[in-house]
Amino acid sequence: MKNICKIFFLLLLIFSGSNLFAQNMANGKKIYETRCLVCHQADGGGVPNMNAPLDGSSNVVGNDIARLVKIIRNGYNERVSLDGYYYSNAMTANPDLKDAAIADVLTYIRNSWSNKASVVTLAQVQKVKKK
Amino acid sequence: MKKIQNLFLLSILMMACTAKAQDNAGLRLPAGFSATLFANNIGSSRHITITPSGVVFAKLNAPNKEGKAIIRLEDTNKDGIAEKISGWGEYGGTGIYVRGKNLYASSDQGIFLYQLNDQDEVINLTSPKVIVKDLLDRRQHSSKSITLDPQGNIYVNIGAYSNACQEKDRMPGSKGMTPCPILDSAGGIWKFDGQKENQVYGDGKRYATGLRNVIGLDWNTKTNSLFVTQHGRDQLNSFYPQYFSDNQNAELPAETMYEVKEGDDCGWPYVYYDPYQKKKILSPEYGGDGKKEGAPNALSPIVAFPAHMAPMSLLFYKGNQFPEKYQQGAFIAFHGSWNRAPLPQEGYFVAFVPFKNGKPSGDWEIFANGFAGTDIVTNPRLAKARPCGLAEGPDGSLYVCDDNKGAIFKISFNK
Repeated sequence: MKNICKIFFLLLLIFSGSNLFAQNMANGKKIYETRCLVCHQADGGGVPNMNAPLDGSSNVVGNDIARLVKIIRNGYNERVSLDGYYYSNAMTANPDLKDAAIADVLTYIRNSWSNKASVVTLAQVQKVKKK
Repeated sequence: MKKIQNLFLLSILMMACTAKAQDNAGLRLPAGFSATLFANNIGSSRHITITPSGVVFAKLNAPNKEGKAIIRLEDTNKDGIAEKISGWGEYGGTGIYVRGKNLYASSDQGIFLYQLNDQDEVINLTSPKVIVKDLLDRRQHSSKSITLDPQGNIYVNIGAYSNACQEKDRMPGSKGMTPCPILDSAGGIWKFDGQKENQVYGDGKRYATGLRNVIGLDWNTKTNSLFVTQHGRDQLNSFYPQYFSDNQNAELPAETMYEVKEGDDCGWPYVYYDPYQKKKILSPEYGGDGKKEGAPNALSPIVAFPAHMAPMSLLFYKGNQFPEKYQQGAFIAFHGSWNRAPLPQEGYFVAFVPFKNGKPSGDWEIFANGFAGTDIVTNPRLAKARPCGLAEGPDGSLYVCDDNKGAIFKISFNK
């Protein structure tokens, strides 16, 4: 009996952990669809020369979480090459997006399409000072 | 198992389609027309121009793998495929236009002039004359398209570095600025002398204004006037969901063609054109609600195309190889949309508008399709080729270039 309980709790733990991830992903997807998809597209591929791709993008799956948080909060309008290409459109700022929502949408874009990167936590977002 | 079966059937179908399509370099054309793949993988070719001897020049958006940004192509054995291909130039850009032995090419900041010899080879590859310099380039809508009038004056598009002239570009709720300060130096067509060197803004003239971004422009020798195609604004629904649904955004505003005379104003950013109401509607950034009209003095378009398809090149057909219906009419290369998402994208084709006596004489229609290599483009990066530039060869064939990998198609009529 003890063993069965152990297994049960272990399963519960695994399940709730993945459930949390699934929830973050689901929230992130919702935000992505209302705010990001129109430019970055359903497949995260962006638009050649105009809107940067998220899928397979070194910045998106990289370790500089603070930079990603700032781009989502403040928008982006600089001529910077991304993996050898330039993109001309300015990105909209999202000053109204809550920290938890930023964590979710970053978790979503870092783990969608071909991307596989670490989850972004609320604490990581909170650490990035607002302008 | 069913899935595998379906997949199998699908792949057979796809093979059948590609086999059939290869007949015309993958394009679908009206009866009697055929196409060859004149060149491929030359780099992101934006606009093309052709000399009276048939030499093709293509301007690349950025230097290709060989580090060249202007490509010369020659079909020496006249089989519809270029054999002699060379390149030069290190600056990316869009515009290219040949008149006699003068070859003009544009970067995103200026216009350069090269000289051709009797074989239509460039004699001053590294030392072009600088005709215009220091034009505004703020990334967004920065490409400079060019055309010439019969007197040799250059018309260049300077696109607005903004979507709708908001105080903060593409920021939900940010108001439109009145008057829009961008219009002093962008958002219009500027006219310059075709020979004078080192011209800057002050030497030119703002020929037409209120044009968000024009990439296709051509001088119509029948009407002796300039025609332009404008890229309409984006994101009506993402910024104003109270007035526009996803479906409405996918269809609004129209991409528009104007005949512009000196001093004309086409209304951007204050209005956009609604092809269903057939009205200039006040932009929501300026208090519009999808119904209120605005800018009564602004020009109305002579042709309205579906939204977001991105007209990249405009060409009035001057030859007589194509059937009579096409003579004097306008071809438009559509790049294909991105701003219709979440709906499927549209417009990866070349369209045709018939003209009589200098006015459109019928509805626009699709002329050449199949560039994307897939019928439904859900995401722009999936399109194999995106039509961008148009030019007419000396024999009246139509050339279409693509700015994805850099294909050039030659379309001819064979009766």
